[in-house]
Amino acid sequence: MTDDELIWRIAGGSGDGIDSTSQNFAKALMRSGLDVFTHRHYPSRIRGGHTYVEIRASDEEVKSRGDNYNFLLALGDSFARNPQEEAYYGDEEIKPLTENLDELREGGVIIYDSGLLDTDDVPNFDQRVEENDWHVFDLDLRGLAKEYGREIMRNTAGIGATCAIIGLELDVVEELMTDAMPEKILEPNLEILRESYEDVKENYDTDVGVTVPESEHEEEPVLISGSHGIAYGAMDEGCRFIAGYPMTPWTDVFTIMTQHLPDLGGISEQVEDEIAAAALAIGASHAGAKAMSGSSGGGFALMSEPLGLAEITETPLVLVESMRAGPSTGMPTKPEQGDLEHVLYTSQGDSNRVVFAPGDARESYIQTRKAFELAYNYQIPTIVLYDQKLSGGHQTVPESVFDEEPNPDIGKVVTEEEIEEGERLAGRFKRYRYDGEDGVSPRSLPGQKGGNYLASGNEHNEAGHISEDADNRVTQMDRRMSKLDAIRDELDAMDESHQTVYGDEDADYAILNFGSTKGAVEEAVDVLNDDGHSVKAMNVSDMLPFPKGEVNSFLEDVDEALVVEMNATAQFRRHIQGETGRHGDILYSLLKYDGNPFEPADIVDGFESQLDGSAEPAHNTRIESARGD
Amino acid sequence: MSVFNAIDEERDIDVNEFTPSLEPQATWCPGCGDFGVLKALKQAMPEVGRTPDETLLVTGIGCSGKLSSYFQSYGFHSIHGRSLPVARAAKLANPDLEVIAAGGDGDGYGIGGNHFMHTARENHDMTYIVFDNEIFGLTKGQTSPTSPKGHKSKTQPHGSAKSPIRPLSLALTSGASYVARTAAVNPNQAKEILAEAMEHDGFAHVDFLTQCPTWNKDAKQYVPYIDVQDSDDYDFDVHDRREAAEAMQEAEESLYDGQVLTGRFYIDEDRPSYQQEKQSTGDMPETPLAERYFDDDYEWERSYDLLDRHK
Ligand SMILES: Cc1ncc(C[n+]2csc(CCOP(=O)(O)OP(=O)(O)O)c2C)c(N)n1
Ligand code: SF4
Repeated sequence: MTDDELIWRIAGGSGDGIDSTSQNFAKALMRSGLDVFTHRHYPSRIRGGHTYVEIRASDEEVKSRGDNYNFLLALGDSFARNPQEEAYYGDEEIKPLTENLDELREGGVIIYDSGLLDTDDVPNFDQRVEENDWHVFDLDLRGLAKEYGREIMRNTAGIGATCAIIGLELDVVEELMTDAMPEKILEPNLEILRESYEDVKENYDTDVGVTVPESEHEEEPVLISGSHGIAYGAMDEGCRFIAGYPMTPWTDVFTIMTQHLPDLGGISEQVEDEIAAAALAIGASHAGAKAMSGSSGGGFALMSEPLGLAEITETPLVLVESMRAGPSTGMPTKPEQGDLEHVLYTSQGDSNRVVFAPGDARESYIQTRKAFELAYNYQIPTIVLYDQKLSGGHQTVPESVFDEEPNPDIGKVVTEEEIEEGERLAGRFKRYRYDGEDGVSPRSLPGQKGGNYLASGNEHNEAGHISEDADNRVTQMDRRMSKLDAIRDELDAMDESHQTVYGDEDADYAILNFGSTKGAVEEAVDVLNDDGHSVKAMNVSDMLPFPKGEVNSFLEDVDEALVVEMNATAQFRRHIQGETGRHGDILYSLLKYDGNPFEPADIVDGFESQLDGSAEPAHNTRIESARGD
Repeated sequence: MSVFNAIDEERDIDVNEFTPSLEPQATWCPGCGDFGVLKALKQAMPEVGRTPDETLLVTGIGCSGKLSSYFQSYGFHSIHGRSLPVARAAKLANPDLEVIAAGGDGDGYGIGGNHFMHTARENHDMTYIVFDNEIFGLTKGQTSPTSPKGHKSKTQPHGSAKSPIRPLSLALTSGASYVARTAAVNPNQAKEILAEAMEHDGFAHVDFLTQCPTWNKDAKQYVPYIDVQDSDDYDFDVHDRREAAEAMQEAEESLYDGQVLTGRFYIDEDRPSYQQEKQSTGDMPETPLAERYFDDDYEWERSYDLLDRHK
């Protein structure tokens, strides 16, 4: 973290263009050479209701949204534009100010739309401004927008004012608007942008100490979300079939894929439910296409049975699971990591699958590619597990990450010549005959001559016939289970591990975490070490097969380790203990499940409170010992 | 050259090709109507001109689901009620395949009812055979969605309070473009209807009356049938939705009074299949998706080319 950073928050009513405005502004900051991280906070409703987007930009790498923020652009809520007589709005109208002030840093900037918001309605506003040394700009953004175009364009007016204050030249923003906006609305928007920029420059003191640093990128960056990472990873692995049913936040991946697949000669199907969605992906994969499906908690629950079907029929299948707070439909727009055990263990019997939990947008891309590769090479279901935070937040990623060639390989499939020459054809093609070390038998595809066989969800013999023979059962089970060992060996042999170790190898203390908490943990490690602690962190991505060796050696010489996860029941900590069979005496959990992701300060406080009692854990987190009380 | 050579081939097809050479032991009870479906299906294949290698039979779970064990072709014995979603995606991925889905009345009209409705609505080009024995066979004789009102079983000891489902009418209103009913007691008609259903370009639903001598001795499935096409009493236009609907209604009501009406009830040759509809909106490739992975010259577009929008 650096002092020289901008954390800009735009707040207002949802459905009010805040998302697109902030997207553009984030890009403008990236284009001016900065590293960018975005965070979206929105309620589970469609129009109206308070929402905000935060953009953090710095000349150094930014890995999380950071702690608190230093620039608020408070727009009115959407009801101001579209009031309904019948509805009750409560204090919605001043929420853009009241809901955000608690987290604004000392010395921060507030721009508010004086055309819509009245600070007289905000309790103790002037007093708080004075106490916190905030710089307030009361601008009639709505009035300006109305004068030159339409009220909704007050977003643009806010951007113009922001640029004047932080010292960002308008040309990047203008360029982006020109790219993104249809002709008709472009001209008034450009005018509004300039007018408000000039107005602030001329009439206000902009020397308030919140600026953007100057910087340049070493490599060409792109700004993508975890969902883009997953979708692009899938497409680069040749995935051309997706079936799904909408559910927040999985819908993001589904929509991105659907937007591109028809143009790439692929097929996207929105179907009747999630059982169907997973079953379609299985059908398409069985017929020889690379296919995926996915959902969030509730929808994934419905996929439990097809998941087992893919496993026993050895049909390659990739599912994505985007976690949100549960149980049941829980909190649709809030992140949590409560589906870990659901994803690891769901489906009947001793079931077997690969599970990856990428930690950022870059890893989402890389690990989704690996998930496809393993699913098709080993004929096994693989799951990419991530959460609402990673799904929607955008990050700068070097473009070169996407450099690798596409991989349309669908794994071991026999040719018709091989079928004809081989002895696999006594009766039916011996689809499930064991002839490799890795437990994988080549498959034939429907339509191939001489290759017909029965793929059955019941236990079957090597020819595919349903069988309850005891010896056959053991052989088939052992063969299927042996795939995970082979996969673990392959993952261990990779040049770059999916696990990221951060900090000094010989540190006395450790933090373990998985998925989207990665960035916040790494920033916390920096803070802790700057404060004189000796801490390292490991972000684990391979949930199954679990990297026992790596985790054991990481924990070998540490005095204590804090397992950071966003759920109430310490699922990841239990998983570590279960897989390694060790470390119960040194593991502590830091849990957060209030619907908000961990920020670096939560982790610093948690660590210090556990270690030496020098801090209290943040009010919305909880510490728990692996051994119990 | 195609990877799927079986599909390009034209030759005479023998019924026996569909009998597994290493016959798995039949687990159906003696006298089970399911044998009739198997026989009719095998006999229909030469008429359709499809080989075992060109055919994908996807089944659900139940006694009926075992069909794929005794029928030599590419088979997929899936999970209870889910044969249709598996089957229709295989057809989308490789439209050259002859795709058949099959399962029982519990499988298709109960647990899989939602898929039935939606597959018919979308009019996927495939054949769906429902073994209608008015009972859950495999799980030992529970009341099924087609059991008559008042039917007593261990799970409905006081007699079912539910009216049976109307499979033909349901298929029609959902959008199936071919709807027929046949019976295991009538092998010739069954064979003809199955062949016709397979040749039909769109979703063909065949409600196939079968007997379950083990759990459902009362069912009407043994009763002599009346072929609605052969009988002057049932003169209606199979191409006319309204007339078809009326005929179906009569067939569905009279079944429980012991009068079994079978035959073609509705045929719409004009409605494009789902695949055609999807191709016309640009949502589906012209060549089978499954072929793509074997075409060495195919240029795989990369996400790299999409990244401009993120700069
Ligand atoms: C999800 C699920 N629920 C229940 C079952 C148990 N089950 C197997 S077959 C069957 C009913 C079969 O009846 P039907 O579909 O009419 O077929 P039949 O056996 O009569 O041919 C049931 C309930 C199952 N396999 N899976
Ligand atoms: S239980 Fe009924 S449906 Fe099942 S095999 Fe026996 S007779 Fe056939």
